Amino acid sequence: MAATEPRTRGRRPIYEGTRIPTPIPTVLRTTEQMLATGDIMTVNFGPNHPSTHGVLRLVVDLYGEDVTGLEAVIGYLHTGFEKNMEQKTWWKCIPYAPRIDYVSFQNNEYVFVGAVEKLLDLEIPPKAIWMRTLMAELNRIHSHLVWLGTSALELGAISMFWYAFRERDLILDLFELVAGYRMHTRYFQVGGLAEDIPRGFYPEARKFCEWMPKAVDDYETLLSRNKIWLERTVGLGLLSRDDAIALGQSGPVLRGSGVDWDIRRAEPYLAYHQIDFRIPVYPEGDVYARYRVHMDEMRESVRIIEQCIDRLENMEGEPWIADDRKIVLPPRHELHTSMESLIHHFKIVTEGFRVPEGEVYFAIESPRGELGCYLCSDGGPKPWRVKFRAPSFVALEATATMMQDALIADMIAIVGSLDTVMGEVDR
Amino acid sequence: MNDWNAVPGLLEVKEQHDETTVVVELSQLVGAATHLRDEAGFNFLSDITAVDYLGWGEEGVSGYIGTAGGRDMNTPMTQGHQVVPLAKPKRFAINYHLLALQQRPERVRLQAWADEGEAVPSVIRVWPTADFHEREAYDLMGIAIDGHPNLKRILLDDDWEGHPLRKDYPLGGEPVRFSEER
Repeated sequence: MAATEPRTRGRRPIYEGTRIPTPIPTVLRTTEQMLATGDIMTVNFGPNHPSTHGVLRLVVDLYGEDVTGLEAVIGYLHTGFEKNMEQKTWWKCIPYAPRIDYVSFQNNEYVFVGAVEKLLDLEIPPKAIWMRTLMAELNRIHSHLVWLGTSALELGAISMFWYAFRERDLILDLFELVAGYRMHTRYFQVGGLAEDIPRGFYPEARKFCEWMPKAVDDYETLLSRNKIWLERTVGLGLLSRDDAIALGQSGPVLRGSGVDWDIRRAEPYLAYHQIDFRIPVYPEGDVYARYRVHMDEMRESVRIIEQCIDRLENMEGEPWIADDRKIVLPPRHELHTSMESLIHHFKIVTEGFRVPEGEVYFAIESPRGELGCYLCSDGGPKPWRVKFRAPSFVALEATATMMQDALIADMIAIVGSLDTVMGEVDR
Repeated sequence: MNDWNAVPGLLEVKEQHDETTVVVELSQLVGAATHLRDEAGFNFLSDITAVDYLGWGEEGVSGYIGTAGGRDMNTPMTQGHQVVPLAKPKRFAINYHLLALQQRPERVRLQAWADEGEAVPSVIRVWPTADFHEREAYDLMGIAIDGHPNLKRILLDDDWEGHPLRKDYPLGGEPVRFSEER
């Protein structure tokens, strides 16, 4: 392979105008002309197929190996999270949120907690803000690693799966050290963190930060110039800038289509306005561009984590949760001596805290894109309505546009590049 | 700042929690959506959320709802009852969370109100991404979307009865399959 820019070879230029199908933007219909050939075969792909990232079903019309029609059928993992949460107190809703997207659980936990705090107008101590940023970024790397491992596995790069999951385990070890759980940590509490940061966390996190960039270098050595990988990803699944915006795409899909948009910088939440980080943008709009965005984001996340540790190390002994007795549980030791604390504890645990009447929409940049949480409260101890804007749900709307003039084998690469998690799609 | 008065069918503009809610007439929804996209720069539809307000402010729905001027845990000396929330104009609210994806980003919530069975016009021609969101609103909340080219259930089975996110949907009341007498 030539040393100069092998990845531009054979790269199809991004199309002109729009390719979103009409009248249904999410369904690619086989043309009458193709149907007239009589050689169209309709194939059911999924819902139980290893490369559907869960339980996605695609109904595909094929002419030989060419995809001529496509419809995504979802709902096989619908568990009614939103209805369930209406029946629980605000407090008890927190563990539901991370389970919606079981790969980027920490970000999902934050978006719910953050939305409740927005509704409550609650001030969060700086230590909690920085620790939340750190955990969210660790989780971003975790999510990208799972994406990289499984997507590469589907395209035949089996070794990538083992390498990615090796580093994923290091992250889960860190989560276990902090929260006692490897996944679904329930570490974020309304008002701050559930517990203080344990001793010994910073050295371990620093060790990880030293190791991770080398690991990303290894992945890139294995994939970025690998001829098979390039053949399977370059110039496939094209999505233009305007189509990406019209289809509501976000996160790596949007940035892979050349839109310089990241909520962490556009509408900073947590500590992101105090952090120096770069936002990777690639204009080609193909599977390879999305892959590059993911790889660069992992490196940037490591830089963010290092900056968080630098700040957190100087915050020893500072409070990690807000001091609002109407919302936050009183410290354990006070329960033995203070009647008032005991009453507050009892009320919060049995009845739950109340959230003022109102509605909010709170959006963050999850590893998959814009993750939004809409909350409506009637002033009671339970939410009136909870709605998650799931980036994976929206990403699947782009399949019909991306799959035009694709082969059936490309379909795996294209669906993989969208980084969908079906738990989040179906909720 | 945007001039909301130019939005067709404008009823009300609400500011709460640093968020702007623009309430429009249901019949003018598509006109308002087109105006917001073309004139005000809201090129990105984040989300569509339908909310059922059946039983809003009534007793025993979401905690201890009491009488007006009643109880608020955050205000001492108001023990006994909780404040009744403000009444809503119709049963369903449908919220469109819009984003102006540009150098100076801005968000707005476009809101319209509908009664049971009242058709909500589809905004799929304004933002193609509305496709799945509108199907979800129809599937889970039973909002009749008018003008959607592919309106069918999305998350539930095609033969599912009822719309589970409605407040009058029985909890734990779904029939168990294959359990009827032979």
